[in-house]
Amino acid sequence: MSSAPKTSAYLRTEDAPLLPAPISMVGVQGWIIANLFPTIGNGIVSILAGAFLAWIGWGVLDWAIFSAVWSGENREVCAVEGAGACWPFVYTRFAQWIYGFYPIDQRWRVNICFLVGAAALIPMLMPSMPHKKWNALFLLIAYPLITLILLTGGHFTMSAAAFLNAFIILALAATFLPLVTFGIEEGIRANRIGFGLAGLGILVWLASFVIGSSIWHSALGSFAPSSIGAAFFIGAGGLLGIGQLRGAANSSAQASLRNWLIAAAVLFGLMLILKMDFGLEEVETSQWGGLLVTLVVAITGIVASLPLGILLALGRRSKMPIVKTFSVIFIEAWRGVPLITVLFMASVMLPLFLPEGVNFDKLMRALIGVALFSSAYMAEVVRGGLQAIPKGQYEAAQALGLSYWKVMSLIVLPQALKIVIPGIVNSFISLFKDTTLVSIVGLFDLLQIATTTSNDAKWASPQTGSTAYFSAALIFWIFCFSMSRYSIFIERRLNTGHKR
Amino acid sequence: MADAVKNVHVSDEIAIQIVAMNKWYGEFHVLRDINLTVYKGERIVICGPSGSGKSTLIRCINRLEEHQKGDILVDGIPLTNDLKKIDEVRREVGMVFQHFNLFPHLTVLENLTLAPIWVRKMPKRDAEELAMKYLTRVKIPEQAKKYPGQLSGGQQQRVAIARSLCMSPKIMLFDEPTSALDPEMIKEVLEVMVDLAQSGMTMLCVTHEMGFARQVANRVIFMDQGQIIEQNSPKEFFENPKSERTKLFLSQILH
Repeated sequence: MSSAPKTSAYLRTEDAPLLPAPISMVGVQGWIIANLFPTIGNGIVSILAGAFLAWIGWGVLDWAIFSAVWSGENREVCAVEGAGACWPFVYTRFAQWIYGFYPIDQRWRVNICFLVGAAALIPMLMPSMPHKKWNALFLLIAYPLITLILLTGGHFTMSAAAFLNAFIILALAATFLPLVTFGIEEGIRANRIGFGLAGLGILVWLASFVIGSSIWHSALGSFAPSSIGAAFFIGAGGLLGIGQLRGAANSSAQASLRNWLIAAAVLFGLMLILKMDFGLEEVETSQWGGLLVTLVVAITGIVASLPLGILLALGRRSKMPIVKTFSVIFIEAWRGVPLITVLFMASVMLPLFLPEGVNFDKLMRALIGVALFSSAYMAEVVRGGLQAIPKGQYEAAQALGLSYWKVMSLIVLPQALKIVIPGIVNSFISLFKDTTLVSIVGLFDLLQIATTTSNDAKWASPQTGSTAYFSAALIFWIFCFSMSRYSIFIERRLNTGHKR
Repeated sequence: MADAVKNVHVSDEIAIQIVAMNKWYGEFHVLRDINLTVYKGERIVICGPSGSGKSTLIRCINRLEEHQKGDILVDGIPLTNDLKKIDEVRREVGMVFQHFNLFPHLTVLENLTLAPIWVRKMPKRDAEELAMKYLTRVKIPEQAKKYPGQLSGGQQQRVAIARSLCMSPKIMLFDEPTSALDPEMIKEVLEVMVDLAQSGMTMLCVTHEMGFARQVANRVIFMDQGQIIEQNSPKEFFENPKSERTKLFLSQILH
């Protein structure tokens, strides 16, 4: 009671001094002490782990460099006791690893594809380069066309029937155009007769499967009479659809009409370009091989799987039962089977289902199989990102009057895709490595060519196989590691420091 | 200032008409027999205990929630399943959310210009000019180039208000705009809302800010268990509540 009441009042009169950081915080020495030898136990583990790494590293270096054979003409130089990697074998066979059995005098075509691809891709990947839109358009539209023509030689046979089929597709699109433009109810009302005619056309076409149809040979080419019938009815439906749009004065009708015309021009333009003779020698895809096949399969898979995956992911989250069911079935069906099965199905079973005379290229079948397979995986990756976007983002965007596709493309997808960049790139990398599976349907990808050439009697030695696999692994690693690093770079760049 | 707001003219034209509206979440009857007519220029504050359906009610007005029975007409447009009509209504009705819901991947300026450019098809330059005008009105033009994550809660909510205003809405809905804010930031957001009320905007505001209700509203609606229990002028509502439930509610929030 007698003592003065305790009080916590305090007043600083002098600033506390600024002191240098402790030794463990600064410099190389500090880092080593803090991270490798903070305690005696950790120090011992660090030394043991360091010794182990050095032992492995030395083994690889010794094999790949110090004991390696660097020059020679045939297997004798490599089949020496104690020899390391057999580099002259890789050197002499390297061209084959890249081009496969592509005719030697035509390899310049592959080179052009590689060069143009790199020249267009590098500025695309560099955020500071301008004209991204044109760059992307070139990469996605012009470049595949150039590659297709250069690599195969172009001059595709486009029968009159193919043009007829293109016409049917466009007419069908035109029939459905009012539906998309005016909304479902009004669209159906507007083009009721057109839908009827198109339905009739589809029935005629389906009927030909049941009844079986003969082929008409005419001066213009060979046609199935059923498809002419189908073209007639569906064409009439399409004409009515276009008529409806032309009659409507609003701007969205004019816009869809314009888009349809552009699509028609592009489709027929493409067909004509593919039909054109550029004087290039034809190189069948069975002659392609090595890195060329690996890149063609991987890049097609990557480019096709992302947009397809996004559409499937949106479909799976859609409120429309049919769209949702279709997406779920598609995704689960493709995810439920191994890629090897898909490739076998594509190369062995698919031809059994196709009508006689229709023959898909083997590489093409593998490409479609790989693309659809990986799009199912991509869909689930993207769905993960979509689920991470708070409901409030959708609501805020909707409340501003944005339509479904604008909400998705402007608000939801940019955020969702950013979140799942690691997952997307993970899929890309695994797809890149899965391309080695195409060898089981008889395509010679990089790994398959490396294996095959290492079995060549001229170079057979105890080290040839391991050198081949080591080199192939190194090439795969360079591609995959670049993708991984690029994804980290983009992640950092897109992280604009917003926490929410 | 309060008087200035009170004198804002309320017209005889109907902005929103809700007739015998009912809504269910599955089996649960969230909104029961709602009848409400809002005239142009009215400032209505909706209050009530949590879970009483206040937010659901205003979210029905721009069809973020679907009602199952009855009619809602916004600016004469009936809300049905017709997507075109829904988009038309959403263009005329602005909404401010409790958690701001700004788009974090876009700058403040881009948040504001997005809808004018993509919905109203406004040229980018005009949209930016408009955005700067409203940013100035909510007193943060200097934050235009920043990302939402770099702003304080109060600033974010003011950006959200400006974002809605950029669509030049005829009606503004506020869904508890200040409940997620620190006390010192509530004031700056309320000031913007008072300013908006003075300009004659039709406003429906779900809020617990009774001071704001007294100052700005020309009508206070009390909801409980999915029904409108009582509505009256703020003076009458606060000083002379009629129903027992209202009295209980007011005794709990005003001390």
